[in-house]
Amino acid sequence: MARSDVQLMLDVKAGDEQSFELLLQRYRTPLVNFLYRMVRAREEAEDLAQEVFLRVYRARKDYVPSAKFTTWLFRIATNLALNSVRDNRHQRMEISLDAPVTVDAEDGDEKVMDIAEKHPNIEQYMVEEARRKMIRHAIDKLPEKQRAAVLLHKYQELDYGDIARILECSESALKSLLFRAYETLRVELAPLVARAGK
Amino acid sequence: MSCKRMENKIVAYVDGRLKDSERLEMEKHLSACRACQLRVNEFRAVAGFLDELPQIEPSAAFDVRVRARVAAEPVKQGWWAWFTPSPRVAFAASLLLLATVWIGSRPTDRTLTAADEAQINQDLPVLENFDVLSDFGALTDLPQPVQPEDTGDSNPDQNQNQQQNDGQNQTM
Repeated sequence: MARSDVQLMLDVKAGDEQSFELLLQRYRTPLVNFLYRMVRAREEAEDLAQEVFLRVYRARKDYVPSAKFTTWLFRIATNLALNSVRDNRHQRMEISLDAPVTVDAEDGDEKVMDIAEKHPNIEQYMVEEARRKMIRHAIDKLPEKQRAAVLLHKYQELDYGDIARILECSESALKSLLFRAYETLRVELAPLVARAGK
Repeated sequence: MSCKRMENKIVAYVDGRLKDSERLEMEKHLSACRACQLRVNEFRAVAGFLDELPQIEPSAAFDVRVRARVAAEPVKQGWWAWFTPSPRVAFAASLLLLATVWIGSRPTDRTLTAADEAQINQDLPVLENFDVLSDFGALTDLPQPVQPEDTGDSNPDQNQNQQQNDGQNQTM
């Protein structure tokens, strides 16, 4: 039977390095994805995820299982991501929205030549890719805290109480945050929403 | 339930996280409110779009980097670590022990030989007058030494005249 996150963390605290390795394997992908969607740069997302694991390791001696491990983990990740987004805001503003379209890293940095090989129906692929780009762009336009709320809610499937603790707000404030985020997304994705409604 | 009160519950309703009582209340409202019904449908579509984004996999180097950074972390030691055996501490303690034994084993009380006693007896007058000898102040009170009147090599002209006289004496 698989050990719970809390049990693994308590084992790390007791000096079992192998348990840390298990936590790394369990959360590497969700963390990198969450951070990637927050900061929109793969390399930076990986750097931040490394920092999260390092902080977890450093805090092992003082670890007390007072909250869910995931709440603690994503709280560290969210704080790092929010700081990073705020620090890089000026830099991001300089990037033109008209920058040449490249195939997104979410597909593994595919080269143009590979696209034709992997996707026989290139036309359909391009349509889907344009759709994904629009969705990503809509998420990017959300204010940082709303974006974090949507990502934690949608992709990590954390409950409202946990997300509220991660974002350090009340549950009702979180629900309001999510409502506003979905409203923005609904407006940004209006062409897709309209097509879906037909 | 008013539309305003509905707002904060729509997302939870869309992903099925409302309590049964809240859900029933919501459905009752939706059956009577076309605007909220439309909004629920649109939120549901948005949630579906978010599902379309693919996941990325961390790079192959990711785990290696995490492990390297964790391995580079300094090992924290508690105060009890002072009492745990350490090769360096053991080596330092051994050196200290050897030094103590060596100093302790050196003879502290030497017996004098006959030669030592004879040397001391010879040096005794000097040692007894050591205070006087070490005080050179009294020497400054002595009168200046008397200079000899003629040393013979003080005036080269006189020497030359003397040599001439000697020569004359030899010829005579």
